[in-house]
Amino acid sequence: MHIAEGYLPPLHAAAWTVAAAPFVVHGARAVVRRVRTDPDSKLLLGAAGAFSFVLSALKIPSVTGSCSHPTGTGLGAVLFRPPVMALLGTIVLFFQATLLAHGGLTTLGANVFSMAVVGPWVAYGVFVLTRRLGGGLALGVFLAAALGDLATYCVTSVQLALAFPDAASGVAGSIAKFGSIFAVTQIPLAISEGLLTVLIMRLLIRVSPAELTRLGVLKPGPAAAPVTVKEAGA
Amino acid sequence: MKRSTLVNWLIVLAVVALAGLPLLFVEGEFGGADGIAAEQIAADHPDYQPWFAPLFEPSAEVASGLFALQAAIGAGFIGYYFGVARTKRRLTAAGTDDATPDTPPADDTR
Repeated sequence: MHIAEGYLPPLHAAAWTVAAAPFVVHGARAVVRRVRTDPDSKLLLGAAGAFSFVLSALKIPSVTGSCSHPTGTGLGAVLFRPPVMALLGTIVLFFQATLLAHGGLTTLGANVFSMAVVGPWVAYGVFVLTRRLGGGLALGVFLAAALGDLATYCVTSVQLALAFPDAASGVAGSIAKFGSIFAVTQIPLAISEGLLTVLIMRLLIRVSPAELTRLGVLKPGPAAAPVTVKEAGA
Repeated sequence: MKRSTLVNWLIVLAVVALAGLPLLFVEGEFGGADGIAAEQIAADHPDYQPWFAPLFEPSAEVASGLFALQAAIGAGFIGYYFGVARTKRRLTAAGTDDATPDTPPADDTR
């Protein structure tokens, strides 16, 4: 759930837009470069964007008695690195802001910053770290997607807290307040997003292992267990 | 059923359970978290007025249709990708065996 239209004061809205803009421009250039140098990955790039499109349309009930939706940005961040998701995530948010009155144009910068910048970077960082520490591919993908999702809504909570500090307890108290609305609601959804991202990654490994190896997600060595088994079989 | 297929179905089951259990066991309106945040803001800062309204605001019914459309476009494209990828894999496996050593044809059937 993104920050609704008009719910950030003009100064905050402008500041977050300025903060998010360079990432989106950089992301657009990354997409153009990717499509030009590696045309074969165009379809998978589209699929990564489509995954975010689907997941951010699913409003799922949560343990807090309210509902929210996942972001779906972890998959693209792991496959294509985060800059690409800055553009794809912005497209999703723009679609929702203009056609669905969900999120908003004045809050687009803030929402882009949380969902299309911080989320993907956290996901990618977690993925790389998990793999370096010897975690399996499925574990890495799960943690990346789940924590990227959760990070998005933690940023949303902080953004609202900065704009609306609590009268008594200040920004810190306000972070706790908005965190209990957004971040706590998001915990089961983040787990769902992690599971769904693992699911689609398993299916991708089945249908296009060569593509994933080329992108560096699957290692041609013994680390990529599912493919190695198949290679051994053939 | 193959083990990997079973795992896939268990993942689907877990996701359905994660979404379904709160509906069964938690009392609540299940309104959107963004709306609840807006209520919180209105309660703490009664003087704040949202200074911009959505240019186009569909009714609840139309909005649900548009959300469904969004999911359908996404899911449709993902389905298209898997169709293309599976066909490509099958064709290369049938054509030149040495080109894709990672494609045992027997493994292609779900």
